[in-house]
Amino acid sequence: MNTKPLSAIFGLVLLLAVSASTFAAGGGPLEHANINIRDTAATQRGARLFVNYCLSCHSANYMRYSRLAEDLDMDEELIMDNLVFSDAKIGETMDIAMQPEDAEAWFGKVPPNLSVIARSRGTDWLYTYMLNFYQDDTGGWNNTVLANASMPHVLWQLQGIQKPVYATRDGHEVIDHLAIVEAGLQSPEEYEDTVRDLVTFLKYLSEPAEVKRKNVGIWVLLFLSLFALIAYALKVEYWRDVH
Amino acid sequence: MAKPASSIAKRADAIWNWVDSRLPVSAFWNATMTGYQAPKNFNFWYYLGSLALFVLVIQILSGIFLTMHYKPSAELAFASVEYIMRDVEWGWFIRYLHSTGASFFFIVVYLHMFRSLLYGSHRAPRELVWIFGMLIYLALMAEAFMGYVLPWGQMSYWGAQVIINLFGAIPTIGEPLTEWIRGDFFISDATLNRFFALHVIALPLAIFGLVLMHLVALRENGSNNPDGIEIKANKDENGIPVDGVPFHPYYTVKDIFGVAMFLLLFAFVLFFWPEAGGLFLEHDNFIPANPMVTPEHIKPVWYFTPYYAILKAVPDKLLGVILMGLSVMILFFLPWLDRSPVKSIRYKGLWYKIMLGVFAVAFIRLGMLGMAEGTPAQTIEMRVWTFVYFAFFILLYFLSPGGKTKPLPERLTH
Repeated sequence: MNTKPLSAIFGLVLLLAVSASTFAAGGGPLEHANINIRDTAATQRGARLFVNYCLSCHSANYMRYSRLAEDLDMDEELIMDNLVFSDAKIGETMDIAMQPEDAEAWFGKVPPNLSVIARSRGTDWLYTYMLNFYQDDTGGWNNTVLANASMPHVLWQLQGIQKPVYATRDGHEVIDHLAIVEAGLQSPEEYEDTVRDLVTFLKYLSEPAEVKRKNVGIWVLLFLSLFALIAYALKVEYWRDVH
Repeated sequence: MAKPASSIAKRADAIWNWVDSRLPVSAFWNATMTGYQAPKNFNFWYYLGSLALFVLVIQILSGIFLTMHYKPSAELAFASVEYIMRDVEWGWFIRYLHSTGASFFFIVVYLHMFRSLLYGSHRAPRELVWIFGMLIYLALMAEAFMGYVLPWGQMSYWGAQVIINLFGAIPTIGEPLTEWIRGDFFISDATLNRFFALHVIALPLAIFGLVLMHLVALRENGSNNPDGIEIKANKDENGIPVDGVPFHPYYTVKDIFGVAMFLLLFAFVLFFWPEAGGLFLEHDNFIPANPMVTPEHIKPVWYFTPYYAILKAVPDKLLGVILMGLSVMILFFLPWLDRSPVKSIRYKGLWYKIMLGVFAVAFIRLGMLGMAEGTPAQTIEMRVWTFVYFAFFILLYFLSPGGKTKPLPERLTH
């Protein structure tokens, strides 16, 4: 059998495939959100933050309130009392009253639907984004992750106000880090936890079936392993008289 | 009262005979399965044909259920996919079956094609098997491209924009041709609707017919094998190849095991890694299509990127399109480009092993570069690998007749 040159070829192919990591995307370093989608309490806290701070401008209208009740261990009454501020019914989607035309006029751009934002941006991006709002020299809000973002810092009362500290690198003045100039209601650690809760909810929101998918997946893999074992035994039995 | 078992068996037998004397069921089964002798030395690479058929079935079945809920309209398409992911019972499972299946289809098909390069399965008398296989591959690319437009995300929209605009490079008829394809002056609802029609009816029908022809042509001469010698040259007194085994039950039970192993891998991706890090489901495709906002980095899905890299490697648009088309079309001629007296890599000299290895690296590397942002250094690398890609076929034509070979065995080896 001439397997040696073949395996050498495949070794080489694999090696090159591994070096694919050299193409990792650029951009500033993102902080790890370290979320746990199975942490229902965090998802509940995140849901509360979401409806309080996000859901007036950002729609999430692919998601139904009733689904929250199903997935987050909350009964429908609790949802209606704590998470529904509009006149929406429990079976309706998490929509907003603001018209897109008005939003465009007020913010220059329609705030994106957040239903699947965690899937397009990624959780680390969202986490880092929410931590890095600062007040720039014009007195307006800006963000180190998304420069000149049209979104104001809606959680500033919790985080406080950050301002940039500049440093000179390669002859250019760049932002070195952000420093809190006016304390908020939460300590930096508490605020990080708050953002983590919010991102946990956004992750859940982007794919409500994720936990179920993984739970089912384990059973499917267990079944298939057993099936493969039996199929292998059957194959060996049949082929006994050929070899 | 229940009748005695023997009576029921007799009745069933009678019905079966009635059917079989009117429809050649057992004759067909015998000709293609139990009476069909396949070489007994198939290895890993010979699982891939049955797996390709298996994935086709997955795609058709999951596709049927997706069409029950999907809305082919620019207004509703994106939301209807999210509706499937959230509100349809097990909708996420159906959708991931289809999206994971699409990528696995190409993984299986690429490996299946590579098997042919290893063992010379495309060589005489199986050229038509290869030609039909290539036609399936072309239809599959069209099918995948149009299917990718349907979720109506940013990559659906802008990917389609880039690919359809390639036809615009053709002199004189280019521009009208792109309008004819789109059914509009830009990618729009009309485009989405016709792509839906082609994706769910026209192309699956074509693929089905081509797969049938692929299999009919295969059964006519029988499968090749890792040794690349004909088992029909060595028959016993009953006219049965001594190195053959009946396809059923030997390869059916073996293929069931193959399907089980495939499903393990497939299910792992489906349930735990459905986006495959943005390779199978691209991050930007979770942003609804927006004709006013061009994404920073437009790239096709991974299975098209080797050809996309060849396109990008050429500075001239028309020349790039021609070279890209040629890179696929040249595969059709493979049965006549390889002129070596032996088929299998096992009996070809080191020259072929090196050439094929470098070719495989070129294809994978082009695929990776096709996804990349396209720095000047990467463009140069793309050109090098594009050259290597085409050099494989040209060298094969000239080196294969005189290339070193080893003596072929009389019988199959293990």
